[in-house]
Amino acid sequence: MEHCNQKVPNKIIISISALNKWFGDLHVLKDINIDVEKSERIVIAGPSGSGKSTLIRCINALEKFRSGKIVVNDIELTDDRKVVEQIRRGVGMVFQSFNLFPHLTILENCTLGPIQGMSLPKDKAVDNAMHFLEKVNIPEQANKYPGQLSGGQQQRVAIARSLCMNPDVMLFDEPTSALDPEMVKEVLDIMVDLAKEGMTMICVTHEMGFAKEVADRIVFMDQGQIVEQNNPNEFFTNPQNERTKLFLHQIL
Amino acid sequence: MLNTISLTTLSFIIGFFIAIPFGLARCRTGTLMSKITYGYVYIVRGTPLLVQIFLLYYGAGQFHKELRQVGLWWFFREAYYCGLLALTLNTVAYQAEIVRGAVEAIPKSLEEAGASVSLSRFQIYRFIHIPIATARMLPALGNEFVLLLKASALVSVIAVTDVMGQARYLFSETLDLSVFYIAAINYLIIVLIAEAILRKLEKRNIWLATY
Repeated sequence: MEHCNQKVPNKIIISISALNKWFGDLHVLKDINIDVEKSERIVIAGPSGSGKSTLIRCINALEKFRSGKIVVNDIELTDDRKVVEQIRRGVGMVFQSFNLFPHLTILENCTLGPIQGMSLPKDKAVDNAMHFLEKVNIPEQANKYPGQLSGGQQQRVAIARSLCMNPDVMLFDEPTSALDPEMVKEVLDIMVDLAKEGMTMICVTHEMGFAKEVADRIVFMDQGQIVEQNNPNEFFTNPQNERTKLFLHQIL
Repeated sequence: MLNTISLTTLSFIIGFFIAIPFGLARCRTGTLMSKITYGYVYIVRGTPLLVQIFLLYYGAGQFHKELRQVGLWWFFREAYYCGLLALTLNTVAYQAEIVRGAVEAIPKSLEEAGASVSLSRFQIYRFIHIPIATARMLPALGNEFVLLLKASALVSVIAVTDVMGQARYLFSETLDLSVFYIAAINYLIIVLIAEAILRKLEKRNIWLATY
Protein backbone atom coordinates (compact mmCIF):
# COMPACT_ATOMS: atom_id res chain seq x y z
CA MET A 1 0.00 0.00 0.00
CA GLU A 2 1.33 3.37 -1.00
CA HIS A 3 2.67 5.38 1.91
CA CYS A 4 2.79 9.14 1.83
CA ASN A 5 6.13 10.80 1.43
CA GLN A 6 8.27 10.66 4.52
CA LYS A 7 8.40 14.05 6.14
CA VAL A 8 11.61 15.92 6.64
CA PRO A 9 12.31 16.35 10.38
CA ASN A 10 10.90 19.74 11.23
CA LYS A 11 10.16 22.16 14.00
CA ILE A 12 7.94 20.97 16.78
CA ILE A 13 4.48 22.44 16.43
CA ILE A 14 2.81 20.92 19.47
CA SER A 15 4.60 19.92 22.61
CA ILE A 16 2.77 18.28 25.48
CA SER A 17 4.62 17.51 28.68
CA ALA A 18 3.44 15.84 31.87
CA LEU A 19 -0.21 16.45 31.08
CA ASN A 20 -2.63 15.29 33.73
CA LYS A 21 -6.36 15.72 33.76
CA TRP A 22 -9.08 14.68 36.14
CA PHE A 23 -12.84 14.63 35.70
CA GLY A 24 -13.66 15.05 39.37
CA ASP A 25 -11.87 12.08 40.92
CA LEU A 26 -11.42 10.20 37.70
CA HIS A 27 -7.87 10.45 36.40
CA VAL A 28 -8.47 10.57 32.66
CA LEU A 29 -5.08 11.68 31.34
CA LYS A 30 -2.05 10.29 33.09
CA ASP A 31 1.28 11.98 32.54
CA ILE A 32 1.05 12.45 28.79
CA ASN A 33 4.23 13.40 26.97
CA ILE A 34 4.20 13.82 23.23
CA ASP A 35 5.72 16.09 20.60
CA VAL A 36 4.25 16.68 17.17
CA GLU A 37 6.44 17.93 14.33
CA LYS A 38 5.31 20.12 11.48
CA SER A 39 3.69 18.11 8.66
CA GLU A 40 3.61 15.03 10.81
CA ARG A 41 0.45 12.91 10.60
CA ILE A 42 -0.48 11.24 13.86
CA VAL A 43 -3.28 8.79 14.41
CA ILE A 44 -4.38 8.24 17.97
CA ALA A 45 -6.09 4.91 18.49
CA GLY A 46 -7.39 3.06 21.46
CA PRO A 47 -10.45 1.65 23.18
CA SER A 48 -13.35 3.85 24.32
CA GLY A 49 -12.65 5.89 27.38
CA SER A 50 -8.92 5.84 26.86
CA GLY A 51 -8.74 9.61 26.82
CA LYS A 52 -8.02 10.06 23.11
CA SER A 53 -10.66 12.72 22.48
CA THR A 54 -9.92 14.40 25.80
CA LEU A 55 -6.29 14.69 24.84
CA ILE A 56 -6.85 16.47 21.57
CA ARG A 57 -9.55 18.66 23.10
CA CYS A 58 -6.95 19.88 25.57
CA ILE A 59 -4.82 21.11 22.70
CA ASN A 60 -7.32 23.73 21.62
CA ALA A 61 -8.48 24.42 25.15
CA LEU A 62 -11.92 22.85 24.86
CA GLU A 63 -10.90 20.92 27.95
CA LYS A 64 -8.95 22.34 30.83
CA PHE A 65 -6.16 20.45 32.51
CA ARG A 66 -4.83 20.65 36.02
CA SER A 67 -1.17 20.01 35.58
CA GLY A 68 1.29 19.82 32.75
CA LYS A 69 2.22 22.04 29.87
CA ILE A 70 1.00 22.38 26.33
CA VAL A 71 2.89 24.53 23.84
CA VAL A 72 1.34 25.18 20.43
CA ASN A 73 3.30 27.08 17.81
CA ASP A 74 5.68 28.34 20.51
CA ILE A 75 2.77 29.73 22.53
CA GLU A 76 2.14 28.18 25.90
CA LEU A 77 -1.50 27.39 26.61
CA THR A 78 -2.75 29.24 29.67
CA ASP A 79 -6.13 30.30 31.01
CA ASP A 80 -5.76 33.74 29.45
CA ARG A 81 -8.59 34.29 26.96
CA LYS A 82 -6.38 36.11 24.48
CA VAL A 83 -3.81 33.31 24.49
CA VAL A 84 -6.53 30.73 23.98
CA GLU A 85 -7.98 32.65 21.04
CA GLN A 86 -4.57 33.03 19.50
CA ILE A 87 -3.84 29.34 19.77
CA ARG A 88 -7.26 28.42 18.41
CA ARG A 89 -6.58 30.51 15.33
CA GLY A 90 -3.78 28.13 14.43
CA VAL A 91 -5.61 24.93 15.32
CA GLY A 92 -8.55 23.63 13.33
CA MET A 93 -10.90 20.99 14.67
CA VAL A 94 -13.30 18.60 13.01
CA PHE A 95 -15.88 16.99 15.27
CA GLN A 96 -17.55 13.63 15.23
CA SER A 97 -20.99 15.19 14.90
CA PHE A 98 -19.92 17.84 12.39
CA ASN A 99 -21.27 20.72 14.51
CA LEU A 100 -22.13 22.95 11.57
CA PHE A 101 -24.09 26.10 12.42
CA PRO A 102 -27.62 25.13 11.45
CA HIS A 103 -28.93 28.64 10.98
CA LEU A 104 -26.26 29.63 8.44
CA THR A 105 -25.79 28.52 4.85
CA ILE A 106 -22.78 26.40 3.98
CA LEU A 107 -21.00 29.47 2.65
CA GLU A 108 -21.80 31.48 5.75
CA ASN A 109 -20.58 28.62 7.92
CA CYS A 110 -17.21 28.91 6.23
CA THR A 111 -17.01 32.70 6.25
CA LEU A 112 -18.12 33.34 9.84
CA GLY A 113 -14.79 32.43 11.38
CA PRO A 114 -12.60 34.35 8.92
CA ILE A 115 -14.79 37.46 9.00
CA GLN A 116 -15.23 37.60 12.77
CA GLY A 117 -12.20 35.78 14.07
CA MET A 118 -9.62 36.94 11.52
CA SER A 119 -11.23 40.23 10.48
CA LEU A 120 -11.11 39.33 6.82
CA PRO A 121 -13.19 41.55 4.52
CA LYS A 122 -16.31 39.86 3.24
CA ASP A 123 -15.36 39.36 -0.41
CA LYS A 124 -11.99 37.83 0.48
CA ALA A 125 -13.70 35.56 2.98
CA VAL A 126 -16.15 34.41 0.32
CA ASP A 127 -13.35 33.68 -2.17
CA ASN A 128 -11.47 31.85 0.54
CA ALA A 129 -14.53 29.81 1.44
CA MET A 130 -15.35 28.90 -2.18
CA HIS A 131 -11.73 27.82 -2.69
CA PHE A 132 -11.93 25.33 0.16
CA LEU A 133 -15.45 24.23 -0.70
CA GLU A 134 -14.14 23.34 -4.16
CA LYS A 135 -11.30 21.51 -2.54
CA VAL A 136 -13.71 19.26 -0.67
CA ASN A 137 -15.80 18.84 -3.82
CA ILE A 138 -18.89 20.59 -2.61
CA PRO A 139 -19.03 24.10 -4.11
CA GLU A 140 -22.51 23.67 -5.58
CA GLN A 141 -24.05 23.36 -2.11
CA ALA A 142 -22.81 26.74 -0.94
CA ASN A 143 -26.24 28.26 -0.45
CA LYS A 144 -27.90 25.30 1.17
CA TYR A 145 -28.38 24.81 4.87
CA PRO A 146 -26.56 22.04 6.78
CA GLY A 147 -29.83 20.24 7.48
CA GLN A 148 -30.29 19.72 3.76
CA LEU A 149 -27.00 17.89 3.32
CA SER A 150 -26.03 14.30 3.95
CA GLY A 151 -23.66 13.35 6.76
CA GLY A 152 -20.70 12.90 4.47
CA GLN A 153 -21.33 16.27 2.83
CA GLN A 154 -21.70 17.96 6.20
CA GLN A 155 -18.43 16.56 7.42
CA ARG A 156 -16.66 17.72 4.29
CA VAL A 157 -18.08 21.19 4.89
CA ALA A 158 -16.83 20.98 8.46
CA ILE A 159 -13.36 20.22 7.15
CA ALA A 160 -13.58 23.14 4.71
CA ARG A 161 -14.79 25.40 7.51
CA SER A 162 -11.74 24.60 9.59
CA LEU A 163 -9.41 24.96 6.63
CA CYS A 164 -10.78 28.44 5.91
CA MET A 165 -9.05 29.62 9.08
CA ASN A 166 -5.70 28.57 7.57
CA PRO A 167 -4.64 26.53 10.55
CA ASP A 168 -1.20 25.09 11.12
CA VAL A 169 -2.60 21.94 12.69
CA MET A 170 -5.82 20.05 12.05
CA LEU A 171 -7.36 17.99 14.82
CA PHE A 172 -9.87 15.29 13.91
CA ASP A 173 -12.05 13.83 16.64
CA GLU A 174 -13.42 10.55 15.20
CA PRO A 175 -14.52 12.32 12.03
CA THR A 176 -16.08 9.29 10.39
CA SER A 177 -17.56 7.52 13.39
CA ALA A 178 -21.01 9.06 12.91
CA LEU A 179 -21.18 8.44 9.18
CA ASP A 180 -22.89 5.73 7.22
CA PRO A 181 -20.29 3.38 5.75
CA GLU A 182 -20.76 4.51 2.17
CA MET A 183 -19.94 8.10 3.14
CA VAL A 184 -16.81 7.29 5.11
CA LYS A 185 -14.69 7.02 1.98
CA GLU A 186 -15.52 10.47 0.65
CA VAL A 187 -14.39 12.06 3.92
CA LEU A 188 -11.28 9.91 4.26
CA ASP A 189 -10.29 10.80 0.69
CA ILE A 190 -10.30 14.48 1.63
CA MET A 191 -8.21 13.74 4.68
CA VAL A 192 -5.73 11.76 2.62
CA ASP A 193 -5.43 14.69 0.20
CA LEU A 194 -4.80 17.02 3.11
CA ALA A 195 -2.12 14.70 4.43
CA LYS A 196 -0.43 14.56 1.06
CA GLU A 197 -0.25 18.34 0.97
CA GLY A 198 1.73 18.34 4.17
CA MET A 199 -0.85 19.47 6.72
CA THR A 200 0.03 18.59 10.29
CA MET A 201 -2.76 16.30 11.42
CA ILE A 202 -3.70 14.62 14.65
CA CYS A 203 -6.51 12.20 14.06
CA VAL A 204 -8.46 10.18 16.60
CA THR A 205 -10.03 7.42 14.57
CA HIS A 206 -10.86 3.75 14.33
CA GLU A 207 -10.14 3.67 10.60
CA MET A 208 -6.98 1.57 10.59
CA GLY A 209 -6.85 1.49 6.80
CA PHE A 210 -6.53 5.26 6.82
CA ALA A 211 -3.88 5.01 9.50
CA LYS A 212 -1.84 2.54 7.49
CA GLU A 213 -2.02 4.71 4.41
CA VAL A 214 -1.37 8.11 5.86
CA ALA A 215 0.03 8.10 9.39
CA ASP A 216 3.66 8.76 10.21
CA ARG A 217 3.06 7.63 13.75
CA ILE A 218 0.33 5.69 15.47
CA VAL A 219 -0.17 6.48 19.13
CA PHE A 220 -1.99 3.85 21.13
CA MET A 221 -3.73 5.04 24.27
CA ASP A 222 -5.39 3.03 26.96
CA GLN A 223 -6.85 4.19 30.27
CA GLY A 224 -5.44 7.66 29.95
CA GLN A 225 -1.87 6.69 29.13
CA ILE A 226 0.16 6.53 25.97
CA VAL A 227 0.95 2.84 25.92
CA GLU A 228 2.86 2.57 22.68
CA GLN A 229 3.67 4.63 19.64
CA ASN A 230 5.34 3.58 16.45
CA ASN A 231 5.20 3.98 12.70
CA PRO A 232 2.35 2.06 11.09
CA ASN A 233 4.47 -0.79 9.73
CA GLU A 234 6.00 -1.60 13.07
CA PHE A 235 2.81 -0.92 14.97
CA PHE A 236 0.67 -3.40 13.10
CA THR A 237 3.21 -6.13 12.50
CA ASN A 238 5.20 -5.93 15.69
CA PRO A 239 3.22 -4.56 18.65
CA GLN A 240 5.31 -4.49 21.78
CA ASN A 241 2.83 -4.11 24.61
CA GLU A 242 0.27 -6.66 25.72
CA ARG A 243 -2.55 -4.14 25.72
CA THR A 244 -1.68 -3.08 22.17
CA LYS A 245 -1.76 -6.70 21.06
CA LEU A 246 -5.16 -7.18 22.67
CA PHE A 247 -6.55 -4.07 21.00
CA LEU A 248 -5.22 -5.01 17.58
CA HIS A 249 -6.59 -8.50 17.98
CA GLN A 250 -10.01 -7.04 18.65
CA ILE A 251 -10.17 -4.66 15.74
CA LEU A 252 -8.33 -6.45 12.97
CA MET B 1 -60.23 48.58 20.36
CA LEU B 2 -57.24 50.83 20.64
CA ASN B 3 -56.94 50.00 24.30
CA THR B 4 -56.92 46.30 23.64
CA ILE B 5 -54.22 46.59 21.03
CA SER B 6 -52.10 48.97 23.07
CA LEU B 7 -52.47 46.95 26.26
CA THR B 8 -51.55 43.72 24.56
CA THR B 9 -48.63 44.97 22.47
CA LEU B 10 -47.17 47.18 25.18
CA SER B 11 -47.26 44.51 27.85
CA PHE B 12 -45.91 41.96 25.38
CA ILE B 13 -42.96 44.10 24.29
CA ILE B 14 -42.07 45.39 27.74
CA GLY B 15 -42.54 41.88 29.08
CA PHE B 16 -40.18 40.53 26.42
CA PHE B 17 -37.32 42.78 27.42
CA ILE B 18 -37.77 41.94 31.06
CA ALA B 19 -38.20 38.24 30.31
CA ILE B 20 -34.81 37.99 28.60
CA PRO B 21 -32.68 38.53 31.72
CA PHE B 22 -35.18 36.50 33.74
CA GLY B 23 -34.98 33.61 31.31
CA LEU B 24 -31.21 33.76 31.15
CA ALA B 25 -31.04 33.81 34.93
CA ARG B 26 -33.12 30.65 34.96
CA CYS B 27 -30.56 28.93 32.74
CA ARG B 28 -27.86 28.99 35.35
CA THR B 29 -29.44 26.52 37.75
CA GLY B 30 -28.43 26.68 41.37
CA THR B 31 -27.62 30.36 41.61
CA LEU B 32 -29.60 32.77 43.76
CA MET B 33 -30.98 34.61 40.73
CA SER B 34 -32.31 31.42 39.23
CA LYS B 35 -34.06 30.55 42.48
CA ILE B 36 -35.63 33.99 42.77
CA THR B 37 -36.85 33.93 39.19
CA TYR B 38 -38.15 30.41 39.68
CA GLY B 39 -40.22 31.58 42.63
CA TYR B 40 -41.56 34.47 40.60
CA VAL B 41 -42.52 32.27 37.66
CA TYR B 42 -44.09 29.71 39.99
CA ILE B 43 -46.31 32.24 41.74
CA VAL B 44 -47.36 34.14 38.64
CA ARG B 45 -48.13 31.00 36.66
CA GLY B 46 -49.87 29.39 39.60
CA THR B 47 -52.44 32.10 40.26
CA PRO B 48 -55.23 33.23 37.96
CA LEU B 49 -54.66 36.44 36.05
CA LEU B 50 -57.98 37.71 37.31
CA VAL B 51 -56.79 37.40 40.89
CA GLN B 52 -53.58 39.21 39.99
CA ILE B 53 -55.53 42.03 38.37
CA PHE B 54 -57.79 42.44 41.41
CA LEU B 55 -54.85 42.31 43.81
CA LEU B 56 -53.08 45.05 41.92
CA TYR B 57 -56.03 47.34 41.35
CA TYR B 58 -57.92 47.06 44.62
CA GLY B 59 -54.74 46.44 46.56
CA ALA B 60 -53.32 49.69 45.18
CA GLY B 61 -56.53 51.41 46.20
CA GLN B 62 -56.04 50.22 49.78
CA PHE B 63 -52.50 51.59 49.88
CA HIS B 64 -53.23 54.85 48.14
CA LYS B 65 -51.88 56.92 51.04
CA GLU B 66 -48.47 55.18 50.93
CA LEU B 67 -48.38 55.32 47.14
CA ARG B 68 -49.08 59.03 47.20
CA GLN B 69 -46.10 59.45 49.51
CA VAL B 70 -43.82 57.53 47.17
CA GLY B 71 -45.22 59.50 44.25
CA LEU B 72 -46.57 56.50 42.37
CA TRP B 73 -50.25 57.06 42.93
CA TRP B 74 -50.76 58.60 39.47
CA PHE B 75 -49.87 55.19 38.05
CA PHE B 76 -51.89 52.92 40.29
CA ARG B 77 -54.89 55.20 40.25
CA GLU B 78 -55.60 54.43 36.62
CA ALA B 79 -57.25 51.08 35.85
CA TYR B 80 -55.49 51.06 32.48
CA TYR B 81 -52.04 51.19 34.06
CA CYS B 82 -52.92 48.59 36.66
CA GLY B 83 -54.16 46.34 33.91
CA LEU B 84 -50.99 46.99 31.93
CA LEU B 85 -48.84 46.13 34.92
CA ALA B 86 -50.77 42.94 35.65
CA LEU B 87 -50.54 41.80 32.03
CA THR B 88 -46.83 42.63 31.85
CA LEU B 89 -45.98 40.79 35.05
CA ASN B 90 -47.97 37.84 33.82
CA THR B 91 -46.39 37.65 30.38
CA VAL B 92 -42.89 38.05 31.84
CA ALA B 93 -43.31 34.75 33.66
CA TYR B 94 -44.39 32.84 30.56
CA GLN B 95 -41.91 34.50 28.23
CA ALA B 96 -39.05 33.85 30.66
CA GLU B 97 -39.75 30.15 30.38
CA ILE B 98 -39.88 30.44 26.59
CA VAL B 99 -36.50 32.21 26.60
CA ARG B 100 -35.04 29.60 28.91
CA GLY B 101 -36.29 26.75 26.75
CA ALA B 102 -34.83 28.27 23.62
CA VAL B 103 -31.43 29.04 25.12
CA GLU B 104 -31.03 25.72 26.88
CA ALA B 105 -31.82 23.86 23.69
CA ILE B 106 -28.64 25.12 22.04
CA PRO B 107 -26.17 22.26 22.26
CA LYS B 108 -22.77 22.89 23.76
CA SER B 109 -21.23 21.36 20.67
CA LEU B 110 -22.17 24.46 18.70
CA GLU B 111 -20.34 26.63 21.20
CA GLU B 112 -17.33 24.39 20.75
CA ALA B 113 -17.59 24.68 17.00
CA GLY B 114 -17.63 28.45 17.35
CA ALA B 115 -14.63 28.29 19.63
CA SER B 116 -12.80 26.09 17.14
CA VAL B 117 -13.07 28.84 14.51
CA SER B 118 -11.68 31.16 17.18
CA LEU B 119 -14.81 33.19 17.88
CA SER B 120 -14.73 35.10 21.17
CA ARG B 121 -17.37 34.43 23.84
CA PHE B 122 -19.22 37.54 22.83
CA GLN B 123 -19.15 36.56 19.15
CA ILE B 124 -20.44 33.11 20.00
CA TYR B 125 -23.38 34.69 21.82
CA ARG B 126 -24.04 37.13 19.03
CA PHE B 127 -23.73 34.85 16.00
CA ILE B 128 -24.77 31.51 17.41
CA HIS B 129 -26.84 31.73 20.59
CA ILE B 130 -28.96 34.76 19.76
CA PRO B 131 -29.99 33.86 16.20
CA ILE B 132 -30.75 30.24 17.04
CA ALA B 133 -32.59 31.04 20.27
CA THR B 134 -34.58 33.80 18.60
CA ALA B 135 -35.66 31.52 15.78
CA ARG B 136 -36.65 28.86 18.30
CA MET B 137 -38.66 31.29 20.40
CA LEU B 138 -40.69 32.72 17.57
CA PRO B 139 -43.53 30.17 17.39
CA ALA B 140 -43.91 30.05 21.17
CA LEU B 141 -43.86 33.83 21.41
CA GLY B 142 -46.52 34.11 18.73
CA ASN B 143 -48.61 31.73 20.77
CA GLU B 144 -48.04 33.79 23.89
CA PHE B 145 -49.09 36.96 22.10
CA VAL B 146 -52.42 35.44 21.12
CA LEU B 147 -52.95 34.15 24.67
CA LEU B 148 -52.10 37.57 26.06
CA LEU B 149 -54.56 39.17 23.68
CA LYS B 150 -57.34 36.98 24.94
CA ALA B 151 -56.25 37.45 28.54
CA SER B 152 -56.42 41.21 28.05
CA ALA B 153 -60.20 40.86 27.94
CA LEU B 154 -60.03 40.36 31.70
CA VAL B 155 -59.05 43.96 32.38
CA SER B 156 -62.63 44.86 31.53
CA VAL B 157 -63.54 43.81 35.07
CA ILE B 158 -61.68 46.82 36.47
CA ALA B 159 -63.49 49.07 34.06
CA VAL B 160 -60.92 49.52 31.31
CA THR B 161 -62.65 50.40 28.06
CA ASP B 162 -61.08 47.79 25.82
CA VAL B 163 -63.01 45.67 23.33
CA MET B 164 -64.53 43.54 26.09
CA GLY B 165 -65.21 46.51 28.31
CA GLN B 166 -67.05 48.27 25.51
CA ALA B 167 -69.03 45.13 24.74
CA ARG B 168 -70.13 44.73 28.34
CA TYR B 169 -71.14 48.37 28.58
CA LEU B 170 -73.13 48.16 25.35
CA PHE B 171 -74.72 44.94 26.52
CA SER B 172 -75.79 46.47 29.80
CA GLU B 173 -77.39 49.34 27.83
CA THR B 174 -79.00 47.37 25.00
CA LEU B 175 -79.19 43.78 26.29
CA ASP B 176 -78.36 42.82 22.71
CA LEU B 177 -76.26 39.63 22.52
CA SER B 178 -74.78 40.55 19.17
CA VAL B 179 -72.37 42.99 20.85
CA PHE B 180 -70.43 39.94 22.03
CA TYR B 181 -70.33 38.48 18.53
CA ILE B 182 -68.84 41.74 17.33
CA ALA B 183 -66.35 41.72 20.22
CA ALA B 184 -65.30 38.21 19.25
CA ILE B 185 -64.81 39.30 15.64
CA ASN B 186 -62.70 42.23 16.81
CA TYR B 187 -60.35 39.86 18.59
CA LEU B 188 -60.26 37.57 15.58
CA ILE B 189 -59.20 40.43 13.34
CA ILE B 190 -56.31 41.31 15.63
CA VAL B 191 -55.27 37.67 15.81
CA LEU B 192 -55.41 37.43 12.02
CA ILE B 193 -53.05 40.38 11.62
CA ALA B 194 -50.72 39.04 14.32
CA GLU B 195 -50.56 35.62 12.70
CA ALA B 196 -49.83 37.13 9.28
CA ILE B 197 -46.88 39.01 10.76
CA LEU B 198 -45.72 35.86 12.55
CA ARG B 199 -45.81 33.83 9.36
CA LYS B 200 -43.71 36.43 7.57
CA LEU B 201 -41.11 36.34 10.34
CA GLU B 202 -41.05 32.56 10.39
CA LYS B 203 -40.32 32.44 6.66
CA ARG B 204 -36.77 33.48 7.45
CA ASN B 205 -36.29 30.44 9.61
CA ILE B 206 -36.81 27.62 7.13
CA TRP B 207 -33.63 26.01 8.45
CA LEU B 208 -35.45 25.18 11.68
CA ALA B 209 -37.48 22.50 9.92
CA THR B 210 -34.39 20.53 9.00
CA TYR B 211 -32.51 21.00 12.25
